[in-house]
Amino acid sequence: MRIESVKQLVALQKELQQQDKKFARKILVCYGPGCLAAGAEAVGEEFVKQLKKRRIKGVSVEALKKTGCHGLCEKSPLVAIEPDKILYTKVKPKHVDAIIDNTIRSGEIIEELLYEDHETGNRVAHYPDIKFYSHQTRIALRNLGQIQACDIEDYIRVGGYQAMAKAITKMKPDAIIDEITKSGLRGRGGGGFPTGRKWATCARVDESPRYVICNGDEGDPGAFMDRAIMEGDPHTVLEGMIIAAFAVGANDGYVYVREEYPLAVVNMQRAMDQAAELGLIGDNILGTDFCFNLHVSRGAGAFVCGESSALMKSVAGEIGEPRAKYVRSVLKGLWDKPTVLNNVETYANVPVIIDKGADWFTGIGAPKNSGTKAFSLCGKVRNTGLIEVPMGTTLREIIYDIGGGIQKDRPFKAVQTGGPSGGCLPAEHLDVPVDFDTLTRLGSMMGSGGMIVMDDHTCMVDVAKYFLHFLVEESCGKCVPCREGLYQLHDLAVKVSDGVAEDGVLEKMERLSKSIVIGSLCGLGKSGPNPFLSTIRYFRDEYEAHIRDHKCPAGVCRELITFTINPEKCDGCMACLAACAYNAITGKKKELHIIDQEVCTHCGACVSACTREAIDVA
Amino acid sequence: MVSLTINGKVVQAESGEMLLTVIRRLGIDVPALCQHDAVEPYGACRLCMVEITKESWNGWKNYVTSCLYPVEQDLIVQTHSEQVIELRRTLLDLMLARNPQTPLIQRLAAEHGITKTSYTEVVEPDDCILCGICTRICDAMGFHAISSVNRGHGKEIAPPLHQPPQDCVGCLACALNCPTGFIRYTDDGRTRRIWDRTFDLVTCEKTGQGRVTREFAAFLTEHRGIPEEYFRVNDESHRKELAQTMGDITNSTREE
Repeated sequence: MRIESVKQLVALQKELQQQDKKFARKILVCYGPGCLAAGAEAVGEEFVKQLKKRRIKGVSVEALKKTGCHGLCEKSPLVAIEPDKILYTKVKPKHVDAIIDNTIRSGEIIEELLYEDHETGNRVAHYPDIKFYSHQTRIALRNLGQIQACDIEDYIRVGGYQAMAKAITKMKPDAIIDEITKSGLRGRGGGGFPTGRKWATCARVDESPRYVICNGDEGDPGAFMDRAIMEGDPHTVLEGMIIAAFAVGANDGYVYVREEYPLAVVNMQRAMDQAAELGLIGDNILGTDFCFNLHVSRGAGAFVCGESSALMKSVAGEIGEPRAKYVRSVLKGLWDKPTVLNNVETYANVPVIIDKGADWFTGIGAPKNSGTKAFSLCGKVRNTGLIEVPMGTTLREIIYDIGGGIQKDRPFKAVQTGGPSGGCLPAEHLDVPVDFDTLTRLGSMMGSGGMIVMDDHTCMVDVAKYFLHFLVEESCGKCVPCREGLYQLHDLAVKVSDGVAEDGVLEKMERLSKSIVIGSLCGLGKSGPNPFLSTIRYFRDEYEAHIRDHKCPAGVCRELITFTINPEKCDGCMACLAACAYNAITGKKKELHIIDQEVCTHCGACVSACTREAIDVA
Repeated sequence: MVSLTINGKVVQAESGEMLLTVIRRLGIDVPALCQHDAVEPYGACRLCMVEITKESWNGWKNYVTSCLYPVEQDLIVQTHSEQVIELRRTLLDLMLARNPQTPLIQRLAAEHGITKTSYTEVVEPDDCILCGICTRICDAMGFHAISSVNRGHGKEIAPPLHQPPQDCVGCLACALNCPTGFIRYTDDGRTRRIWDRTFDLVTCEKTGQGRVTREFAAFLTEHRGIPEEYFRVNDESHRKELAQTMGDITNSTREE
């Protein structure tokens, strides 16, 4: 079937909505990455089996939707029941029976599967009342957890492709660009460049062909926003891209997805096939003159290929190395032609802006930072997961209200934002608003939206060392300051962590960092020293303790810590003794155990094994 | 034509020219290791970075690689500002850690006052400075026989899968243009060996000496229109022949 006009699209939407009304209840099983890892597939299959067997009126197998990421990954697998807005957490196949019997049939709530508020101890029946959800505003993630993942019919049912229809049939390209410019939408990939201005520059160039590309090369450790969108709601990305292509006059587009996201690769391609079948991409879309073709381009997993010029080389089949951008890629991009490159989340915002207007969008967020930002909240926070908040929300609100605070109520130490090239912000900045400009001013950055929360058991030297190592591995190796400079900066960080650094090492690291920042070719190198620069800015004492006192205050750096057993707490249970792979612990049952410091390798296995917190690390 | 200021001196340049070209025309010594006239600028060694600003930039400065920054009207360039020199010293210090035994790097570093690196030297150093001239020249020749492999600190230049490269014709463009002589080859006048591949040479009918591999000769005949006969005698014999002819002409004119 091909949709030839806007009228037909609207008719199809009405028909799909009508069909949906026959379901008395819908069961939304989250098939996001976190839930799948926790066994969501088995839960989904059990539902299918039971629904087929029981033949419940108004709840056929079609009422079961396998959705994209619902958000609260900490409590996965998640099952939501609509329209009741009930959310069941940590659902196992054995619970399916009861869910169908009680909730699906009669709307009765199963207490024990509900989310428990850690402060009040109360169970929360309706997920919009859970703080994790109530503090969010979802634009880019609006369909995740709400519709069948990668299903064009479900997408059209909730209004999908209407914004595209409006754009290509009722708006002129200039008007679209004006609307996006007025909305103040800034690049969600991290740079924060005004999207409208980028499109306008491309549209003005008198050269063709032009291209639009979607950057789905999300590579920051701990970031999974773009993945969730590509897997769970790929059509919103396509719709945004079609609008962009129409606005700038492009007839070809590429979605660059990293190979490590196999489901995203498959779903983007499936979405394209579905859209092509309905004629929503291809020739003469909705009966207009506009033709647009889309292709999936797979990346081989190089972090640097998220950088625009390297990404375009990779799409063209060359080695993914950045080039100097004295001529910008919007003018000379893919195959040296004018190219608009935006990130997944940016495109996901576009249909909503076209639909609801720039004024609506600027009403959300903060000055010069309109709209929302998606974050993947992870680390030592209670509620890890995928969130979207208005720009300008404070770190405290994100970490304590949405995130539910630090696990085991330990003290908050820092939050890492912006991926490896970002930085760590300490507790003194918990009340700053999260937006592009504030984070940059404080020495971190927005980045693509990874947010890693750290408690007092985290050593900042160790964190810097980890991210520097990541960047050393991921440097493309083209230019000297990044390839050799980051390697040596990491080498010096290891020396600090091992307690063998010489006096003046910090000053040396600072000088080297400055040269890397000035001298590197691309953004990866220029921001490469950030893991060091942001931690030294706020945690200089901790570095000095390693160098001067040969101590790791957080008890992490293995060369600088000793493990001892506290006689007051040890009950001689022999758990640590069994856990030690090096036989460094001696002792008899119900007697105090002793760690032989000569043999101990500081691996920490005993600490994990001990149930009485009897092992001191210092 | 544009006019710009380099180290306080107002100079004219063709628009489209790169800064480094103009700087060198003025006789100013700015080091550059990955720059080669036969190939496009690359911007990898970063030694040619200079400080640029404009009156209209309100004091804002930028640091750019002069090898690929096109000249601009009213640009004010400093090739040896304090920050630029500090950057070059750091770069050479880092390069010396990677290539501690490479004479070219030793000499350049010494010129900047560094005789020993302040960083950790690599364990098994070689002479490859990863300037990419070899791969870019190979690409420009149209062979694409070698390329850089891996990334970051483990990057190296190699043929695909470290096997004798099938697309190599043994032209030696990589080896002869390698600034440190890292790319080795042997040539006994009959056969040539490079990248673990052995090539037979087309030998000169007159001297019996070979100069060109069969593969390269075949390529030049097929793609560049050079007649096959050209390779039957080598350049030296060609020159001798030409000299003989010229001599004969001169003698005959004199006689007239």
